[in-house]
Amino acid sequence: MTALSISNLKKTYKNGFVALKGVDLEVQAGDFFALLGPNGAGKSTAIGIISSLVTASSGSVSVFGYDLVKEREQAKSCIGLVPQEVNFNQFDTVQGIVLNQAGYYGIPRKLALERTEICLKQMDLWDKRNSISRRLSGGMKRRVMIARAMVNAPKLLILDEPTAGVDIEIRRSMWKLMKEVNQQGTTIILTTHYLEEAESLCRNIAIIDQGKIVENTDMVSLLARLNVDHFVLDLAEPLAVVPVLEGCHVERTSDKVLDVSVPKAVGLNQLFSQLSAKNIKVLSLKNKSNRLEQLFMDLIDSKSSQNNPTPQIIPSPNGRE
Amino acid sequence: MNYTIALKTIIKKEVYRFLRIWPQTLLPPAITTALYFLIFGKLIGNRIGTISGASYMDYIVPGIILMSVISHSYSNVVSSFYSTKFQRNIEELLVAPVPNLVILTGYVSGGICRGLLVGVVVALISMLFADIVVLHPVITIAVAILTATLFSLAGFINAVLAESFDDISIIPNFVLTPLSYLGGVFYSVDMLPGVWQTLIMGNPIMYMINAFRYGMIEVTDVDVNLALMMICGLIVLLAVFCLLMLHKGTGIKN
Repeated sequence: MTALSISNLKKTYKNGFVALKGVDLEVQAGDFFALLGPNGAGKSTAIGIISSLVTASSGSVSVFGYDLVKEREQAKSCIGLVPQEVNFNQFDTVQGIVLNQAGYYGIPRKLALERTEICLKQMDLWDKRNSISRRLSGGMKRRVMIARAMVNAPKLLILDEPTAGVDIEIRRSMWKLMKEVNQQGTTIILTTHYLEEAESLCRNIAIIDQGKIVENTDMVSLLARLNVDHFVLDLAEPLAVVPVLEGCHVERTSDKVLDVSVPKAVGLNQLFSQLSAKNIKVLSLKNKSNRLEQLFMDLIDSKSSQNNPTPQIIPSPNGRE
Repeated sequence: MNYTIALKTIIKKEVYRFLRIWPQTLLPPAITTALYFLIFGKLIGNRIGTISGASYMDYIVPGIILMSVISHSYSNVVSSFYSTKFQRNIEELLVAPVPNLVILTGYVSGGICRGLLVGVVVALISMLFADIVVLHPVITIAVAILTATLFSLAGFINAVLAESFDDISIIPNFVLTPLSYLGGVFYSVDMLPGVWQTLIMGNPIMYMINAFRYGMIEVTDVDVNLALMMICGLIVLLAVFCLLMLHKGTGIKN
């Protein structure tokens, strides 16, 4: 079943800025879907329209078969949103925020109390239930927003940069939680600037740039397009000169550290054979950057250059520019 | 979908909000009106004598009660809904399947509750200075509720259109307060000089105060039925305008 179907979605703001130029997108039920794009690409506008915070100029959105305009209440009942910025009443208690949201979804008080307890415990916030929310740390505030979005047991959970600005430990625990939520059957759409996050969590991915979807595929296929891996090698002995390794690009960042770009056609075995032949001992090896980041940059760069080709200088009739 | 639960949630949240900050919402009108009764009612009023057969203190009590209802029902909705917009927690309601009518009814109900509660507080204070009588309880309560509804709706419109905290203080300071003071709280229309007697007929608050005064002490400068019809008409007009704004997403959606 299709969890989210977007057809020819367009949005032009009052100031004339065209945020979406006809977006088509489908997300299947149960998917963990990444929506990526640079700042100002149209991600938040798309998320805003799906969650009824922004009015579309044209096009249609349906959630689990319910049209967002014609069957507004049914469509909204399926959605939970974790927005980019904290947007709850900072003077309310943690429990009050989640309980009120349950009330807005028409959940009876007794059930709302039960669900609130489950969600707050899941977010490790039960001990803070009576705390005034503005006194919470940044990470806790984000978890309050996730608990709030989960209280109506949404079929589609939209996470708009949920881990922005939180420390590594909290981020990892939130990843674990998101995976669990998805495994329980909730469809998740994630926007994030941490491409490592998308790579480790999501099965399918769409990349949006300048208001258009420039890529929409599964993560495995996308990563398979990478033909070069970048590694950092820690060496046992210092090197005076940069070694020449056939088929690879090598840079020396310090006496005992090498950055090596290895094409998939060459592979690691051949790399290590060459290093052994040159009597270079490697103590450890790590990926220089996450793989998706490279692809993301390649895609955005190539699409930008297609949309904005380098201007050519046309000679004027009299031969001068 | 059970909209009653959503409505109850909004009303409960709104009532809890103004009760939590009672020193800002309930205490000031008690002190201000006590001063009104002391200065205008006791000290000056004794020298004025009677108006339409009522002592000056009895004459001003209904006006001061309704003036408090007006200003507090308005300010409750305007400050609450604007804060909701400002803090962006309006998004909690926009994301949820809450119909616009429920959002409007919830906030307006909050304003009515505060307006009426302040009205009761002021009435209790007035009992320290005058013997309160309510000759027509149904009319008195009806006018109080309808007036609170009307000004809650007006406060909602102000909040939706406001873009800064300055915008939510302009109307109460420069429109509501002058209209209330010029709406016959402290004097009868007959006491005004020629042209002012005609001009004051264009002030809707004058009709409300007089209808409320009729309910309490059976003294009025206007036709009570006309006043009630006018209030109801304005309520319908403002409610439709509010719903249209919510439908279009004015001030709350991009």
